[in-house]
Amino acid sequence: MSERFGSFIKTLRSRLIALYRPPFWVDRARRYCYIWAVSVSLLAVVSLMPLTLMVLYVYDSSQEAIYKENVLRILRLTSNTRRTVTSFLEQRLNALRFTAHVESYSYLEQNDHLAGVLRNLKYGFGSIVDLGLINAAGVQVAYAGPFDLKGKDYGGQEWFEKTLEESAYISDIFLGYRGVPHQIVAVKSTNEQGEAFVLRASLDMESLSEILHSLELSERSVSFIINREGIVQTPSRRYGNPLEKVCCIPVPEYAEHTQIFEAKGEQGQPLMVGYAYIANSPFILLLVKEKSEIMQNWYGLRKNLIIFFSGSFVVIFLVFYVIPTYIIQSLYEAEQTHARAIQRLEETARLASLGRLAAGVAHEINNPLAIINEKAGLVKDLIIFKEEYKHDKKLERLIDSVLESVERCGAITKQLLGFARHTEVSVSTVPVRKIIRDVLSFLEKEASYRNITLNLEIPDDLPPLVTDRGKVQQIFLNLINNAFQAVGDGGRIDIVGRRVDGGKIAVRVSDNGCGISDENLQKIFEPFFSTKKDSGGTGLGLSITYGLVQRLGGQIAAESELGKGTTFTVTLPVETKEVRDEGLTCG
Amino acid sequence: MKVLLVDDEKEFVSALAERLSFRGVDAHWTVSGEEALKMAKDGQYDLAVLDVKMPGVGGIELRKRLHEMQPGMRFIFLTGHGSQEDFKVGSEEASFYLAKPLKIEELMEKIRETLNR
Repeated sequence: MSERFGSFIKTLRSRLIALYRPPFWVDRARRYCYIWAVSVSLLAVVSLMPLTLMVLYVYDSSQEAIYKENVLRILRLTSNTRRTVTSFLEQRLNALRFTAHVESYSYLEQNDHLAGVLRNLKYGFGSIVDLGLINAAGVQVAYAGPFDLKGKDYGGQEWFEKTLEESAYISDIFLGYRGVPHQIVAVKSTNEQGEAFVLRASLDMESLSEILHSLELSERSVSFIINREGIVQTPSRRYGNPLEKVCCIPVPEYAEHTQIFEAKGEQGQPLMVGYAYIANSPFILLLVKEKSEIMQNWYGLRKNLIIFFSGSFVVIFLVFYVIPTYIIQSLYEAEQTHARAIQRLEETARLASLGRLAAGVAHEINNPLAIINEKAGLVKDLIIFKEEYKHDKKLERLIDSVLESVERCGAITKQLLGFARHTEVSVSTVPVRKIIRDVLSFLEKEASYRNITLNLEIPDDLPPLVTDRGKVQQIFLNLINNAFQAVGDGGRIDIVGRRVDGGKIAVRVSDNGCGISDENLQKIFEPFFSTKKDSGGTGLGLSITYGLVQRLGGQIAAESELGKGTTFTVTLPVETKEVRDEGLTCG
Repeated sequence: MKVLLVDDEKEFVSALAERLSFRGVDAHWTVSGEEALKMAKDGQYDLAVLDVKMPGVGGIELRKRLHEMQPGMRFIFLTGHGSQEDFKVGSEEASFYLAKPLKIEELMEKIRETLNR
């Protein structure tokens, strides 16, 4: 169970690695890399483009909507406040107009009468501090209020002149004779004699400040009044003290209606400033809000939008990376498997047809060879048995040479026939260790004579093969023989067996001999390919071995490095089921 | 000892017969199975050396018939296929087999072995 889980984890791991580094990418299979790149990028673009566009559109439009909504809100609030402030001032001005119109100059000239009027005005409107009556010459002829200002001469003062000129006047905040910030409103009227006089009232600043305070703005927002020179008129929190120049915010240009503009605060923070000129007064109403505050809702929305977009982006990209990679990987593997199968098939077919050809040739050659053999043998017999030829040593040498060549040819044809021979496989139980020991017993003498180290590692739990003993014996005899020929005196040969997946065992025969070049390595299983032709190799040993391994349903592979040695790995099924019959039929 | 050699290659079988004669064997030869059967009718042979594959009556068939005619006769088969595994050889079919091209000493040894059984 744990073994199965382990192999599952192993497969999963290799699959994940394959996704990260697809083998077709590692192998630089250009066509697959191209298909992969095109499909991943197309899918990513097709799926991510609408999402990106939609998010950008939502981002932009919601930012604009929230901005516009806030602009409107500021404009509305500024307008409302302007109306309140205007109406506050107008009410006071109208109260004075009414008084000047209803009461006669001579009546108002008397201080106690004026004080009575002040009481009524305070009662009716509040926020009026004092009341003064000033004649045409600018002298205050009557005064009601907390200060002693009777007889003060305002002649020539700007406000007085303006009042006479425009018949009504609203001042900005100033200190005046009393040294307290205050504001005056004044109206012009005429007495019974047709002389002009001015009725003037001072207003305390608290009422106006209270109106602005009652807007209940947040901590970072404020509404205050400046005059047209930019002098702060009501408390402004951080934009300057009353009667000082307003800080940071420029004096806005005159506009009939409420307007809005952007400015920068003391620390450079963006501000939105709504403003309105208060009619018939020097006042400009300002409503200042920090942009970060009014865009608070937008920041929340933006955060959610970014999280949604990033999440979707990652998920979509992963899906459109994983799916094509997996599909193309499967296609690539299928093609690889197919190509390998075709290659194996071609190789098998090539070797089989070569085998048939070789066997045919060998058989055909064997008969004339037998004739040459017998004829030459007969000549030799004549030399041996007939007195007249007995002393012709030269003739004997020549015949010996012919016979030797015939023997060599015979050896080749025998091996050729062995390469392609067709026999039934007779199956029996064969312990691997035993069979290799048997093979080694043939070679032990040579090993000790040449001082070759033989290392045999066959685990005890290796299952016995149920196969053709003779063929297995020949396979290992050929391979071990080859290794003996490859190593020099004092060399080493390792024979290591192990169990492999799929009910098979693998036996590696390695030597530390001269090795085989890459070019030759590809040809070693072909008949007649030999690197030992000079020393009598026929080039059939490995091709016969190949044929035998194939017939037993196994595989053989060779690895080699020049100068370092060669390893042959034979993989055989523990139980031989399929027997390949591709050789000649008997004849 | 009297030996019958049967092989469709005349040059081969005649030379082989002559070489055996040098070695004291009374060798008779022929190139076809039919002819061999006739020869067996006319005389007794201790041993027959037969090619497996011959036109007409092949070596295996010939062995059967010769065995019927002369049950005491021994047999050696020759084959162009290189080794014993090249054809099915039932235990009674051949006393011995030899691959072509053959070594005369080997044949002589087999003849001796067969006759000494």
